Amino acid sequence: MQLAQLLVFLILFPLITAVFVLFARKGLERGLIVKLSALAIGVITVGLLLMTVDKGALQVQGLPGEPVTLLMFVVEMLIAVFILYLGIVHRKWLVVALILIQSAMMLYFELVYAGSIEVASNLFIDEFSNIMALIIGIIGSLICVYSLGYMKFFHEQHPEVKDRQNVFFFMMFVFLAAMFGLVFSNNIIWVYFFWEVTTLCSFILIGYTKTEEATTNAFNALWMNLLGGVAFAGAILYLAVLGNGMLGLSDLLASGKVIALVPATLIGFAGLTKAAQMPFSSWLVGAMVAPTPVSALLHSSTMVKAGVYILVRLAPVFQATFTGYMLALVGALTFLIASGIAISQSNAKRVLAYSTIANLGLIVACAGIGTYEAIWAAVLLIVFHAISKSLLFLAVGTVEHRIRSRDIDDMTGLIIRMPKIAAMMVIGIAGMFLAPFGMLISKWAAIRAFIDAPYGFVFVIILAFGSAITVFFWAKWMGKILTVTTDSKNIEGEVDRHEWAVLTCLAGLSFITTFVFPVLSTKLLEPFLLANYGHVALLSQDNILIMMMMLVLLVILPASTLLPGRRHRHVSPYMGGRTTTQDMRFSGSLGIQKKTVLSNYYLTDYFGEAKLRVWGIWLCSALIGIMAVAAALREVLP
Amino acid sequence: MINPAWALVFALVAPVAGGLVAGIDRKITAHMQGRVGPSIFQPFYDVGKLFEKEQAVVNETQTFYAICYLVFMIFTGALFFAGGDLLLVIFALTLAQIFLVLGAFAANSPYSYVGAERELLQILAYEPMVILTAVGMFVATKSFNVSDIAASASPVILLLPGIFLGFLYVLTIKLRKSPFDISTSHHAHQEIVKGVTTEFSGPSLGLIEVTHWYEVVLLLGFVYLFFGFSPLIAALAVAVVYILEILVDNTNARVRWQLAVRSSWLIAAVVGLVNLAGLYVLSGGI
Repeated sequence: MQLAQLLVFLILFPLITAVFVLFARKGLERGLIVKLSALAIGVITVGLLLMTVDKGALQVQGLPGEPVTLLMFVVEMLIAVFILYLGIVHRKWLVVALILIQSAMMLYFELVYAGSIEVASNLFIDEFSNIMALIIGIIGSLICVYSLGYMKFFHEQHPEVKDRQNVFFFMMFVFLAAMFGLVFSNNIIWVYFFWEVTTLCSFILIGYTKTEEATTNAFNALWMNLLGGVAFAGAILYLAVLGNGMLGLSDLLASGKVIALVPATLIGFAGLTKAAQMPFSSWLVGAMVAPTPVSALLHSSTMVKAGVYILVRLAPVFQATFTGYMLALVGALTFLIASGIAISQSNAKRVLAYSTIANLGLIVACAGIGTYEAIWAAVLLIVFHAISKSLLFLAVGTVEHRIRSRDIDDMTGLIIRMPKIAAMMVIGIAGMFLAPFGMLISKWAAIRAFIDAPYGFVFVIILAFGSAITVFFWAKWMGKILTVTTDSKNIEGEVDRHEWAVLTCLAGLSFITTFVFPVLSTKLLEPFLLANYGHVALLSQDNILIMMMMLVLLVILPASTLLPGRRHRHVSPYMGGRTTTQDMRFSGSLGIQKKTVLSNYYLTDYFGEAKLRVWGIWLCSALIGIMAVAAALREVLP
Repeated sequence: MINPAWALVFALVAPVAGGLVAGIDRKITAHMQGRVGPSIFQPFYDVGKLFEKEQAVVNETQTFYAICYLVFMIFTGALFFAGGDLLLVIFALTLAQIFLVLGAFAANSPYSYVGAERELLQILAYEPMVILTAVGMFVATKSFNVSDIAASASPVILLLPGIFLGFLYVLTIKLRKSPFDISTSHHAHQEIVKGVTTEFSGPSLGLIEVTHWYEVVLLLGFVYLFFGFSPLIAALAVAVVYILEILVDNTNARVRWQLAVRSSWLIAAVVGLVNLAGLYVLSGGI
């Protein structure tokens, strides 16, 4: 069983690394372990891809399921005790209540039903798992390497925070292990176990600095994810009691909508909490207090991607059901509202957070629609979003250390002050909203998918508005960076080589994936869609060719500026006739010298967070309520 | 499906056609205002003169953005007239437009900065309607390819009357006509200095003018698509639409951007929903 060994290895190896990092004494040792493990994880995920490509879905049988499941249960209970303890110490009674309910449910399941349930295959791999593994294995480990440089600076700049870097890296690698486990598990109890581990990891990482704000936000994230966990446990109990103990994902998907819809809705609800959809979006925004690599990890390759992963997995169950449409509507509204809020934000990390929530909304909308075209779009969105968003977070992290601000208005003229990082950031932003980069291809695919779906026009209209809003907030940020402030000096200096290497890799990846995405589509996505839906979605050859032409143009045109050219006469900007110095100072009244300061439009009266969030929370809560009722009614009525 | 010959024709003929349209525009405008007006070739003389001037810049990157704006506008138009995918055309158009905005941002000048932000507001206003137009075309003709839509025998205009009106509304924004000439305008009397083009001068301003000619031809191509079933009616419709735009331009004062965004969004939402839902019902969707 070579495949089984490989899958188990990918789950256990980051775990072993984590333990080593925890006990590494010196920074040097830690650096070496992290870098080597990151390389190993990356190489093995690619190896796994090469080994299993063209083979379809492979189920792994013959693993010792029972002892492992028991071990997982014990660990779960230990985690529960840990959370219970923290909840009581910090007087977070909601967390205490949720963890008690959840543990009681799982305890009941373990005592009454677990013995009689046999899942034929506990692990599996198919094309979609492969794609997820690549995202986790490559982007996730790159972020770990980046953290080496970042955390060193972080502790130099924040002497008040206790240096617990070993715990930090321990949690990062446990996170990767849990994510691998999650995407390879076929046994739903296993999925649930890894699901809970990611909740715990994110909780500890968000609270890393142990400031009051960090602790509050960590608990905020915890209770929302625990709420999802309760729903997940509910799904397991439901399957055990009413579903004849059918606890394999593949069996569940094969069983049709009659049995699967209620548990899928429960797990889908858990997915909504983890993917930070409204009304649960606030935990992801609050998670911004953590060191930036944590945000990058949560947003691009782990955590929120676990939420959308499970929704896309369950999409065949939701397809063409009323519940599915409600789910899609939650996603679509989250996309629209979160994009709107992003306009009003001046903090770069908050803009990124709301943009993540918005894009996850789009993925959820695709999963809820559940047609083969929609799933094609959803998987593309997952891939391209992971690359661009991690690049952006890490670039913002590096800039933040240098200019000591996360504010977009403070990034004016970054192209002069920190040209290399600014170029990375521009690539990241372009990757998020401009043709011919990946996110735009995916949005295009989503429009196609929505048009062909029943009632799709509603979603198309929401998407049209949301995508116009997206253009607005990305373009104004890009403009800020590219503003040429002639008086600024280059302050880039020596960027940490870990950070620099990772940023280059990610920027390269955004170009490469755009170039090779047709291969990605034919080799991985089409077989997956064919196996699960019996159809394939594809772009015409002409369109691919045209996009490649655009990409080539976009590479050539900036390169052309490097050619020696004629210098032109330089003049000062127009200032209504006032005499202005080269650094944009002009004499105001009473002869006082004033500096021109330009700030972006935030349109807070129209897109303010306070106002829009209330709308989002109420609308989406109502939709989730309707969704639950619809699923339950379908169960009761024939 | 894609015909490169037409792309070449567009690249060569569009600036001539666009320049003539601008000349006729000025002539008709003059008559509406009781003036004689310049020759219809005046835009060519004007742009020619711009290219003779010395290139003065605030910084060197501006010229680069102006060139990118032109290159991607030609690319967009070529893709459209070669019969390419309408959604891709719209995305390429946005890309071109973003280069103009970046050029304005790059100058670090207050007036061009305000112009850039207002240009983005205009994009915010028209983008939903433009995307819905492409979607409507697909629903009506079952294809996103311009070649198929133009050759479609079905009377697109009868299927998409609402979307056509909505498109006309945002066309005013795209043509930089009053009352929606918010970021920059052809009229000297009513823009914030010169908005998005404040800091462009000489040859690079000339490039932006030529780009606008390309864009006008492309936009009129969109109008044509609604009447593709009959080329004669289509040509007539294009002429009528443009004269209507001139009339609107000369009879309206500029509005605030809030009104522009609100009204365009309201119209896009209403006509989009009503028209697309109507088509959905017609096609037996419910």
